[in-house]
Amino acid sequence: MQEMVNVYFYGKKYSVPADLTIMTAMEYAGYTLNRGCGCRHGFCGACATIYRVRGKNELKTCLACQTQVVDGMYIASIPFFPTDKRTYDIEQIKPTEQIMMELYPEIYSCIGCNACTKACTQDLDVMQYIAYAQRGDFEACAEESFDCVSCGCCSTRCPAGISHPMVGLLARRLTGKYIAPETKHLKKRVEEVREGAYDELIEQIMEKPIAEMKELYNTREIER
Amino acid sequence: MFTAEMRESIKNVEATRAERMKTEPKRMAADEKETLLKAYHPDYRENGFAEIKIGPSKGGRVPAELGELLHSNSRILHEEIDLTKVEYDVDVLVIGGGGAGASAAIEAHEAGADVMVVTKLRIGDANTMMAEGGIQAADKENDSPVQHYLDAFGGGHFAARPELLRRLVMEAPDAIEWLNELGVMFDKDAEGNMVTTHGGGTSRKRMHACKDYSGAEIMRTLRDEVINREIPVVEFTSAVELIKDDKGQAAGAILLNMETGDYMAAKAKTVIIATGGAGRLHYQNFPTSNHYGATADGLIMGYRAGAPLLYQETIQYHPTGVAYPSQIFGALVTEKVRSLGAMLVNADGEAFMHPLETRDVAAASIIRECSDRGNGVETPLGSGVWLDTPMIEQLGGEGTIEKRIPAMLRMYLNYNIDMRKDPILVFPTLHYQNGGLEISGKGFTDVMDNLLVAGEAVGGIHGRNRLMGNSLLDIIVFGRNAGKAAAAKAGEVNIGTLNLDHVVQYAEELKKAGIASEEVSPLLLPRYARHER
Repeated sequence: MQEMVNVYFYGKKYSVPADLTIMTAMEYAGYTLNRGCGCRHGFCGACATIYRVRGKNELKTCLACQTQVVDGMYIASIPFFPTDKRTYDIEQIKPTEQIMMELYPEIYSCIGCNACTKACTQDLDVMQYIAYAQRGDFEACAEESFDCVSCGCCSTRCPAGISHPMVGLLARRLTGKYIAPETKHLKKRVEEVREGAYDELIEQIMEKPIAEMKELYNTREIER
Repeated sequence: MFTAEMRESIKNVEATRAERMKTEPKRMAADEKETLLKAYHPDYRENGFAEIKIGPSKGGRVPAELGELLHSNSRILHEEIDLTKVEYDVDVLVIGGGGAGASAAIEAHEAGADVMVVTKLRIGDANTMMAEGGIQAADKENDSPVQHYLDAFGGGHFAARPELLRRLVMEAPDAIEWLNELGVMFDKDAEGNMVTTHGGGTSRKRMHACKDYSGAEIMRTLRDEVINREIPVVEFTSAVELIKDDKGQAAGAILLNMETGDYMAAKAKTVIIATGGAGRLHYQNFPTSNHYGATADGLIMGYRAGAPLLYQETIQYHPTGVAYPSQIFGALVTEKVRSLGAMLVNADGEAFMHPLETRDVAAASIIRECSDRGNGVETPLGSGVWLDTPMIEQLGGEGTIEKRIPAMLRMYLNYNIDMRKDPILVFPTLHYQNGGLEISGKGFTDVMDNLLVAGEAVGGIHGRNRLMGNSLLDIIVFGRNAGKAAAAKAGEVNIGTLNLDHVVQYAEELKKAGIASEEVSPLLLPRYARHER
């Protein structure tokens, strides 16, 4: 006999198999998901969900695709949250302390309640990466926020109205473009290709008969 | 969280680990691989396939589930749609909001075109977001685009279209440079050198990565750039058929608002199909690593409008999908786990193959181990083999897993499995369509000179099997190219009178072929609600 549990989607009770995730339990209950469902494997943040287990006071946030159902769960999905992304020209901005002040000044209104960190579905130290951003330490902010899937659960809980995923994203783009060391071998190769250094060689290999290509492929040296 | 039987089998894996780590398992010879593939790869299971009965690829072989959709009715066959009322009128219409669509939109915008994106879910809800392992490019001293070509051509069984593969490898370094300049955070050492590894079938270490969030890091950066440029993105809106004009050109698409059910028309001078893959069709009942919307919509639309399919019968089963626990059954375990040194090991603790064979060979080998050889480990939903992840910590030092593959570690820890200490159970999962709509080297279809295809919806770039890291690369290279080419082409196209005659003609052809289907296509979303299954 399959073990069943009772869960409540938007307050309505359904009996579902205990080994399902919240997402597959909704489908078992009969929902055809349109919003609130994306990659189904924990990478896209589409299925941000809020729940409370009956008898417990704590309000929890999670990704519906990565969380197993528990008996007595009261569940509501958050298919959209009005996160506030500011637009900018990546070519024009620079990784200076002022840029955060200009684009996301509300981060300086953080009251240190740590609700964002508690809400994070990826167990990131969200308040810490906001602190790094305040200080203009974009590299640390980028590193700390790297695993963010932009589900927005942090922002739903923030009394200062901060759009944390957007702050992390800005820090990462600044780090990737301006702070990380330049890759000389990449620049060199791009230049070589542009100058036509491989044009003749690629033409030659494209024209080789299949038998010769097989021989070349099967005997090619593999870097250890 | 492992069962007692699994725990017993783990002891075998642990017992042989020290000995196994001293030697590299032998790679298979060419003829060994061929015999293995024929006997065990799902592409060779005849009952999994159907013949296409009508259209430009009539007589071709396709997965049965795709065949059914190709033989289904258009969603708008009996709809009254007024083509004189046009909701959107643009230069370039991009269908699909994944990596290829976003790259195309950025480049079309950069070229000055009036471009818009329609996507049936949100921008970024795409397989791109889930690509973990990395992106190939020959940018190191000991490597070259020619070497990259050889690896990809051989790995694809010598079937790739040379003009497409040429573009892929030659434009790869520039694609990485472009992403780097957009602010993608690649793994680099202190001097700025890219940290690169092998993938299955590569002869040089040219796999660039952003930890194991490579696709996510690329996709969220592209999405941010699309939004910064204020390119219109119409979400939860699915293209369901192409519109043509009286000259036979592509002229836009019929869109369906996924929430209200309303249809509307979008007119465009050039159209880019960037709709991605088909994993959610669950060919041969395989689980899939693909995102929710991967239902081959673009192939159906394109085929109905007259564009032929290429290599649609070849599917990539990623050798290492999650076999256990069942909550994440079919989810991807990145190939990078093997790049970092983990071996594939059977229930008896034996390394039954080299961990870095190409994906098709590895998948077939695991299926053989779990079927005829009976060396698999039983799971609630089937069986699997061990991927010996603790080896990574021994080879690369403690902390390597957390640093290099944090997403994998997190996914398993959710179910109380610590892959640093215990091996994990894997089995092939439906991962990628090698085939798709046929295009020329310039990115256009032959049948309509203003219709382009980019990304996973294209057939022929990789041949009959794709190497790890060449898909993230292809969506960037062919997405960018499509955006530039579409913007340029839009300047010289004049659209005539809009019509949907091809939809009616397709229905007539179906009837003539004696096919009467109750179903409609494109599918748009998989049927997962219990009453729909």
